[in-house]
Amino acid sequence: MGKAVNSSNSSSGLMGWIDARLPVTKAYKEHLSEYYAPNNFNFWYFFGSLSLLVLVNQLLTGVWLTMHYKPDAEQAFGLVEYIMRDVPWGWLIRYLHTTGASAFFIVIYMHMFRGLMYGSYKKPRELVWLLGMFIYLALMAEAFMGYVLPWGNMSFWGAKVITQLFGVIPYIGDGLLEWIRGDYNISDATLNRFFALHVVALPIVLLLLVVLHILALHTVGSNNPDGIEIKKNKDENGIPKDGIPFHPYYTVKDIFGVGIFLLLFMFIVFVKPDMGGLFLEHDNFNIADPGSTPEHIKPVWYFTPFFAILKVVPNPLWGMIAMFSAIIMLFVLPWLDRSEVKSIRYRLLPFKIALFSFVFSFIALGYLGMIGWGDTEKLVARILTGVYFAYFAFLFFYSKNEKHKPIPERLTH
Amino acid sequence: MTDKVNESRRNLLIATSVVGAVGVGFAAVPFLKSWLPSERAKSAGEPVTANISKLEIGQKLQVMWRGQPIFIVLRDKKLLDTLTGLKDRLKDPESEESIQPDYAKNLPRSKKEGLLVMVGICTHLGCSPKTYSEIVPQAFDADWKGGFYCPCHGSTFDISGRVFKGSPAGTNMVIPPYIFVDDDNLIIGVDSLEGGA
Repeated sequence: MGKAVNSSNSSSGLMGWIDARLPVTKAYKEHLSEYYAPNNFNFWYFFGSLSLLVLVNQLLTGVWLTMHYKPDAEQAFGLVEYIMRDVPWGWLIRYLHTTGASAFFIVIYMHMFRGLMYGSYKKPRELVWLLGMFIYLALMAEAFMGYVLPWGNMSFWGAKVITQLFGVIPYIGDGLLEWIRGDYNISDATLNRFFALHVVALPIVLLLLVVLHILALHTVGSNNPDGIEIKKNKDENGIPKDGIPFHPYYTVKDIFGVGIFLLLFMFIVFVKPDMGGLFLEHDNFNIADPGSTPEHIKPVWYFTPFFAILKVVPNPLWGMIAMFSAIIMLFVLPWLDRSEVKSIRYRLLPFKIALFSFVFSFIALGYLGMIGWGDTEKLVARILTGVYFAYFAFLFFYSKNEKHKPIPERLTH
Repeated sequence: MTDKVNESRRNLLIATSVVGAVGVGFAAVPFLKSWLPSERAKSAGEPVTANISKLEIGQKLQVMWRGQPIFIVLRDKKLLDTLTGLKDRLKDPESEESIQPDYAKNLPRSKKEGLLVMVGICTHLGCSPKTYSEIVPQAFDADWKGGFYCPCHGSTFDISGRVFKGSPAGTNMVIPPYIFVDDDNLIIGVDSLEGGA
């Protein structure tokens, strides 16, 4: 790599002056024009760049929203209405932000599913996956705190129920709860700190993690639908034979993806920004009221699979442990899957059935997490929770001596 | 670089790092502690006193503590006697799953047998139940022995706040910490006169 930089001819002129002081050309080559990505990326490879796009959307619209919003329990609800009605274009900026939150989770879930399918979490990409999981965690915290800011009734009760989770921890629970809330209930103090975390602290953490995620990816190189390492087959210049420069090949491909994505995204923003109560919940159009509880307290759709797992366990402490385990299992995935193949293309039917069941259980739990429960729903949710965890157990034992289809030497298309 | 390690420099380095780490630990304290309830929040959540000298049998006195209604209900022997026969109809008759101080983990769920002091919030979704302390048939229960009924989703509780089976609420209503100053006055929010909940 050092050789390539030294032989570059940008040693004169303005770029030369800058490059001697800041490695702009070097970084451009390393991450774009000479970052060799496998030449067989398909549909599923749109979602990494799309999540970057949504992140930029959230940062931009978020900064603009803070220009009109105050984290004050007396004013917050009214100020969101003020943004919607009186601030020029305020409605659009807010809808871009609220729809962006849901879009963020859609693209992240697709992105993660891609990783599960093609074994992108496996060696040597364990750190890429782990950093990605930390991004997911930070994103969940970010989304949860952002949801409290409009100070609607679901904001209040959602915050109450979720913070209450920490109250069930033995011995330290009560103190921890007061520490998190800054009061004996969800209050102005809670709103203020959630605002600070949502607007300042967590975005900084998110940006840092995204940079590390990409740096780690560019160190090991991208996986691909075949799950074969392209770095094993290099030409005389040390360039992978099955690799193509990220720029212009994949920048162009990604821009096409951005076009399609924006078409769908803006359609929702303009036509159905509340998505029938899914993206913006109806109970949140009422102001926060500690004395009036919504009929069904539930989080926004992207948390409902975990919320359902929380609810299937009768004991609150074990429910919380089950819920957090559901997320932690994903963290250790690189070490649970011991198979020598990465991609679903060369794995056999048992793996395909397991992955399908896992995804199905996640989506079905997501649905169950949104509705009220009778005995049937509770039983179904318990079974689905079993299926969710069984995936990891199955993968651990099955992958030890997993049989697979023959893996080709070079990429296929 | 040589392979020789200057031991005294190395020890100095370790000692400096340890002192530095301790310093970072101390520096973190103000940041962590600043998340605790402020003095203003604390004074708004101070214990409250209630005078029960004018309370009559079956009557409810309500005071507010930390934004929650506190029910104070005086019960006579007739009402207390209803508690013993209800075991099979209750979700948590021994209050094992419910929240109360140790001194209220008994049948009447109170310090003084006759006087119930309870957070008047339904454990289902936080509505405030209504008090029906007379032993007469009610629309929601023909065999009513006196207690509390939540109009939001129909949870029913006996006269010591224990939840009946068939209610959406899962646990008995919460008993707050409280002490008696004398026969007529009590303080809600503390376990002892020295303070601290």
